[in-house]
Amino acid sequence: MRVALFVPCYVDQFYPQAAIASLELLEKYGCEVHYPKNQTCCGQPMANSGFEHLSGGCNHNFVKNFVGYDYIVAPSGSCVLHINEHLHDDEFPAEAKYIREHTYELISFLTDILKVKNLEASFPYKVGMHQSCHGQRGLKLAQMSELNAPAFSKPMDLLNMVKDIEMVELDRKDECCGFGGTFCVAEEAVSVKMGKDRVADHIKQGVDYITGVDLSCLMHMEGILKRQNSKVKVIHIAEILNGSIK
Amino acid sequence: MKVADHAQRADIFNQDEKRVDWHDETLWWIRQKRDKIAHQIPQWEELREAASSIKAHTLSNLHNYLIEFEKHAEQNGIKIHWAADAKEHNQIVHQLLQKNNINQLVKSKSMLTEECHLNEYLQEQGIDVIDSDLGERIVQLAKEPPSHIVLPCIHKTKEEIGELFHEHLGTPKGNSDPQLLTEAARIHLRDTFLTRKAALTGVNFAIAETGEIVICTNEGNADMGAHLADIHIASMGIEKIIPKREHLAVFLRLLARSATGQPITTYSSHFSKPRAGTEIHIILVDNGRTRQLGREDFRSSLKCIRCGACMNTCPVYRRSGGHSYHNAVAGPIGSILAPNLDMKDFADLPFASTLCGSCTNVCPVKIDIHEQLYKWRQVLVKEGHVDPKKAIAMQVMAKTLASPTLYHLAGKAARITLKYAPFVVNNKFNAWYLQREMPEVPKSSFGEWYQQNRKDS
Amino acid sequence: MMSREQILHAVKMNQPEELALPNLDSFFENQTQGDIAEFTSVLQGIGALVLQVRNHQEMINTLKAQFKIGEVRVVSPLESLREIAEPFIGDDPHQLANAELVILPSHFAVAENGACWLSDALCSERVLPFITQHLVLTVNKEDIVPTMHEAYARIGKADYGFGTFIAGPSKTADIAQSLVLGAHGPRSLIVFII
Ligand code: SF4
Repeated sequence: MRVALFVPCYVDQFYPQAAIASLELLEKYGCEVHYPKNQTCCGQPMANSGFEHLSGGCNHNFVKNFVGYDYIVAPSGSCVLHINEHLHDDEFPAEAKYIREHTYELISFLTDILKVKNLEASFPYKVGMHQSCHGQRGLKLAQMSELNAPAFSKPMDLLNMVKDIEMVELDRKDECCGFGGTFCVAEEAVSVKMGKDRVADHIKQGVDYITGVDLSCLMHMEGILKRQNSKVKVIHIAEILNGSIK
Repeated sequence: MKVADHAQRADIFNQDEKRVDWHDETLWWIRQKRDKIAHQIPQWEELREAASSIKAHTLSNLHNYLIEFEKHAEQNGIKIHWAADAKEHNQIVHQLLQKNNINQLVKSKSMLTEECHLNEYLQEQGIDVIDSDLGERIVQLAKEPPSHIVLPCIHKTKEEIGELFHEHLGTPKGNSDPQLLTEAARIHLRDTFLTRKAALTGVNFAIAETGEIVICTNEGNADMGAHLADIHIASMGIEKIIPKREHLAVFLRLLARSATGQPITTYSSHFSKPRAGTEIHIILVDNGRTRQLGREDFRSSLKCIRCGACMNTCPVYRRSGGHSYHNAVAGPIGSILAPNLDMKDFADLPFASTLCGSCTNVCPVKIDIHEQLYKWRQVLVKEGHVDPKKAIAMQVMAKTLASPTLYHLAGKAARITLKYAPFVVNNKFNAWYLQREMPEVPKSSFGEWYQQNRKDS
Repeated sequence: MMSREQILHAVKMNQPEELALPNLDSFFENQTQGDIAEFTSVLQGIGALVLQVRNHQEMINTLKAQFKIGEVRVVSPLESLREIAEPFIGDDPHQLANAELVILPSHFAVAENGACWLSDALCSERVLPFITQHLVLTVNKEDIVPTMHEAYARIGKADYGFGTFIAGPSKTADIAQSLVLGAHGPRSLIVFII
């Protein structure tokens, strides 16, 4: 299975260890992983700001880079949701459609396509799971608390395979952290307050780490934790599942 | 922009963090009550689907349903008026009062009259208006607009209300016991009900098949007003129509459960004919609704039954307060209705969201609220309602992201100087640092690591 | 009349292709009889008192113990309650301002939400159940339906001038979300299941 790894820009620059863990995980489960080096971005920052009409060049570059693979996988729910919903290319419409339908967020790729049933990983810490909205409500990685429907959680299914990990229950299990793309600066006051409240819920449960599928949310919460001089750290879920940290 | 935008107002609201916590927790508690009662109904999701389809059907056949409603209401002895906009609505109300030599009006909750700024208009004409919903009376005494469509004074603490009542209703100073304050309002408003000759109410549902209207309250204030007055004026948007009486079953099961977590409002009153010797007038108001009906992407916002659930669940609403939305209807639904009324004035509202999607999930009529917020952003930018600095930044960004060469240059620069992150584009980058740190800079990017550790591509 | 034509024209131009109405059959419960225990617990949960009695006499005895009958104004259209209540025969609803207790029959009640349905066929003056300080409703125990779907099936095409579902005493939580019973309408509600 030929898999192309899509690494969102801020992950590439600030959280390479999460991308490395994603790559290694995919390799462990037998994927032939490539990293198309001319990739840039999914175009979401423009689109969510109302400039979707300017994202043509970015989309075109995305299609050029990711054409010809069985699957495209990214350690980011938000970027994947954007590709799934909005990737179009006038020049290569069929290719764009294939890519749209075969781009997966890492966790659902592990559970739904690779059907991972056990993991070689141990993580002896108390961990809180941050359900990023785009992953959860957009990609349906886990049941949403608003709905009257059976519970499930793909990230928890995987985390439960990790040895020695202790997952906590949050008071508000799927409240938004307030990152929201440009929202985080355009609506600075509300964004930070949302982030502080989210972080406080995790701290209240006594966590060592906050994990999640989206580093954008984690980066926002990490920014707040660091400003508070908190000992609590953030970690992308791929690093836990890969056993990257001992 | 003339008025302060959502972000500026939210900034002010957030200067009192304790108050934000209190506001957030109060509304979250209501959201939890909603969850609890919704999860007790096994067919909850099917009910939402049915409600959504009934509304979609109604909107697709609204022309005929309006005519049918009018015909049946008139047969029942109700007088129907049509108002193209807020101004005409207000004039109709005023004329009805004038004709009957009435200069005092008691009014129960109607978000439409807030949208039309009826109170201000009537006051200018020398008409005395008293809002009878307790929450609305409180904000009226405070000379403020409601901050929530179901809970008009949710932004006020009981101490503030105690102070207000002390000043206006003579309650003991420093007493903020809700029981005592409610009793004071009861006595004050009972006198109003007994002396007013005209009552104005909103409308929750209007039934085409029967020509009746349904009004839901917990306090009984709409009924007290209407049954004691000689003239009952009911104002409704044209989207309040539903086809049949039996459809009320679906909506009444959803409305109060979604709104406050109650099984049903205390009173669900069906007005079909006027009492002997009295009149009922219904004003059917457009005020932009037909325009919204024509916008395919935003049409379904007209399904809204004003339960307020999307506001209670919205993490941004809870932490910015209803007044930050500077519109009669606040919160997520307000943010997709307001730009239809005025794109320029409300261009900020669709951006006052993280697009988390919780609103869409609680909405009893399944409006895709967060998707419409996204779509409004595209429309507003295309129509030019955007900060020119932001537009230029976006163009630079679009160029950079379309070109791997430019992108890699920018990326390196970013990691070295930390002066650039792709989601930060409107020259407000410092806003990140006000209360947050940036991540530590790693030794190498993933791209660089990959070149050293894996070969291909 | 200008606006009428203008609005209707705009609606016609802007409304989409007709979409189908959903079928609501699946919402009907299998039984037509609602559960008395459910009705009772839901209605007590929203601040009313629910009592089961065998007949009107038993209800009268209970009310005599609860209210200062004889000292306060008690109004009811029910002939069987003449011992404690007077009928209202005036033509101005304002004359009801001092009613302390109103006792009304209802057509039926709904188990899922504790609501009782009454129309002007049972309550000659519409303001009666609202203006009184305390309200008593009666419902026959066979007349409790499970959900609102059966409720509207039961109302059917009934021709009324006014009808209302009443569920509990009037209430508000507008002041700091603390629930207060007795907003503008009755301070208390007792429902007698007969
Ligand atoms: S949009 Fe939906 S959730 Fe929001 S007030 Fe309207 S009906 Fe309720």
